[in-house]
Amino acid sequence: MAETNTLSVPDSRTKRSISGYTKRFIRKGTMLNLLYLPALILFIVFIFYPFLKGIQISFTNWNGYNQDYKWVGFRNYARLANDPDIGKIIRNTVIYGVGSSIFQNIIGLLYALYLNMNIRIRGLVRTIIYLPVIISSLIMGYIWYFFFQYQGGAINDILLLFQDKPVNLLGDPNINVWIITFVNTYQYLGIAMVLFLAGLQTIPKDYYEAATIDGAGPFSRFAHVTWPLLAPAFTVSMVLNLIGGLKLFDVIAALTNSGPGYASASLSTLIYLLYFGREDAGYAATVGILMFVMISAVSMISLIFLRRREVSA
Amino acid sequence: MKLSGKKLTVIPSLAICLVHILPFYILVTTSFKAMDDLSSKWIMPGYLYLDNFINAWEHARLATAFKNNIIVALVAITFIVILGSIAAYPLSRRQTRWNKFVYMLFVSALIVPPLTSLVPLYKFVVDLGGMNRYWGIILLHVTFHLPMTIFLYTGFIGTIPRELDESAMIDGAGQFGLFYRIILPLLMPITATVIILHGVSIWNDFQFSLFFLQKPELRTVTVALSSFFAEDSNMIGWVAAGSFMGALPMTVLYLFLQRYFITGLSAGAVKG
Repeated sequence: MAETNTLSVPDSRTKRSISGYTKRFIRKGTMLNLLYLPALILFIVFIFYPFLKGIQISFTNWNGYNQDYKWVGFRNYARLANDPDIGKIIRNTVIYGVGSSIFQNIIGLLYALYLNMNIRIRGLVRTIIYLPVIISSLIMGYIWYFFFQYQGGAINDILLLFQDKPVNLLGDPNINVWIITFVNTYQYLGIAMVLFLAGLQTIPKDYYEAATIDGAGPFSRFAHVTWPLLAPAFTVSMVLNLIGGLKLFDVIAALTNSGPGYASASLSTLIYLLYFGREDAGYAATVGILMFVMISAVSMISLIFLRRREVSA
Repeated sequence: MKLSGKKLTVIPSLAICLVHILPFYILVTTSFKAMDDLSSKWIMPGYLYLDNFINAWEHARLATAFKNNIIVALVAITFIVILGSIAAYPLSRRQTRWNKFVYMLFVSALIVPPLTSLVPLYKFVVDLGGMNRYWGIILLHVTFHLPMTIFLYTGFIGTIPRELDESAMIDGAGQFGLFYRIILPLLMPITATVIILHGVSIWNDFQFSLFFLQKPELRTVTVALSSFFAEDSNMIGWVAAGSFMGALPMTVLYLFLQRYFITGLSAGAVKG
C-alpha cells in the first residue's frame, strides 16, 4: 500500500509541543481515521447495538413497555415454530419477494429489449414506466386501492358489466396477496428495465454481427449473446428486487393492512402488528431474527448462484 | 429497420404508456370527482371541483406535513453527505487491515432491514428521548443511509488517481487540507447521486416515520396520509386528492431532472 509514503509528510504546524505518541499517531495518518468516527459511532449505536439487543429480547417475554420481564429461553422460538399463522406469512413474504422479482425481471427485460430497438417516443415510454419508482409506495398503494376497492372500485366497475355483484378483491386471501405482488411489480419494474437497458448498451455490436455471420437467427443471438452478457445486470436486478420484495411493508399497509386477519401479512407487517398491536415485543423480536436470517440467506444464496453464470464481456 | 417500420412502433409505444399511466388517470378522476357523483372512476368529471383538495389539505394537515418532510429530508441529507464523504476518505485511501474491517462492517449493514431490529431500536429511541422529535428521526435516517453512502463514496474516491494527492502533498497540503481542497470538489457527481438516491427514499419514507413521529404536528406526508386514510377511508375523494398532492412534488422534480434521477437511482443499484 502506498499510504506510508503518501501520508508521511509531517505537518509543520502541529509538530511542536505534542507528545511523541501523538506525533507518531499523526504521522502514520491514523488521525485521518477520525473522519469515519462519527459514522462508526452512529453505526454501532443505532444498528449494531440494537441488533444484538434484539437477539437478547427474543429470549424474553418483554411486552415492550414494562421494566420487568423474564427470561424464557427458547420459548419464543418454539412458539414461532408452532404458530399456526407463520407458515402462511412466510409463504406471503416469499411470494412478495420471489414473485415480484420474477415478474419485474421478465417484464423489465422485455421493455428493455423493446426500448433498445429503434423505436418512436422512446424517451416518453421510459419516463412513464420509471415514474412510479420515485413515488412513495404507500401512495402508490392508495392509488391502486381505487382500482381494487370493493365499493366503486375501477376493476369492479368493469366486472359489474358482466355480473350482478362486485367481488371483494382485497378481502379475498387468495387474490389480495397477488394484488400486492402486482402493485409492487408495477411500481419497481422500472428499476429492472433501466438496469437491463444499461446492460444491453454495453454489448458490442460486432458480437451480433459475428453471430449473424455464423448463421445465428434472432432467438439464437438472444440466447448466446444477449442473455449471457446481461448476467451481471440480471444478478443486481434480481437480488435488489428480491430484498425489496421480502421487506415489503408500505403497499400492504395501504391496500389490506395485512388482513383479513393475517391473510396478507408479511414478516415486516407481522413484526409491526405484534409490537404495536399486541404488545408482544419478545415474540416480535424473534420474528425479526427470523426475517434477518431469511433475507441474508436469500441474498447470499442468490448472489452465489447468479454470479456463477456471469461471463465477462 | 425501414422508415415505415419505425413509424409503426408508435403504436406499441403508446399502448405501453397507456397501460402504465392508467393508475394516475384513475387518481385524477377520483380526486376531482364530487362526493355525490357516483359515476364510475373511469369517467372524467365534466366539471371543476376542488373541494377534495381543500378538505384533504386541511384534514390531513398537509401544510404541516410538507414542512416536516422538508425539514427532515434537508437536515438528514446534509448530514448524510458530510458524514458519508469524510468517512469514505480514510476508508478508501488508507486501506489498513483495520480500515478494511470497518468498511466491511458498514457494507454488511446494507443487508440488514431496519425493521428486523424495530423492537430494540424503538425502545432505545424512546429511552433517549428521541420519540416525536426531529432529531430522533433524522438520526435514524442518517444512520441507516450511511452504509450505502460510504459504499458509494469509497468506490468513487478509489477512482481518483493518487498522483493528485501526492502532488498536492508536495505543494504542502496537509491530509485534511488535501481532502477539503482536492478530493471534495471532485466528489460532485457522486454527491448528486447520493442526494437523489437518499432524498427520494427519505422523502417517501413511511416505516420509520410511522414509528417515530406519531404526534399529529410532527407527521410527515406519508404518515399524515395514512392516518387520514384510517379515519376517513369512506371519503375516497379526499384520500385521492391527498395522495395526488403527496405525490406531486417528487413527480414534478422527476419530470424536470429525469436524467439525474434515473442515473442516480440506478447507481445505487449497480453498485449495491
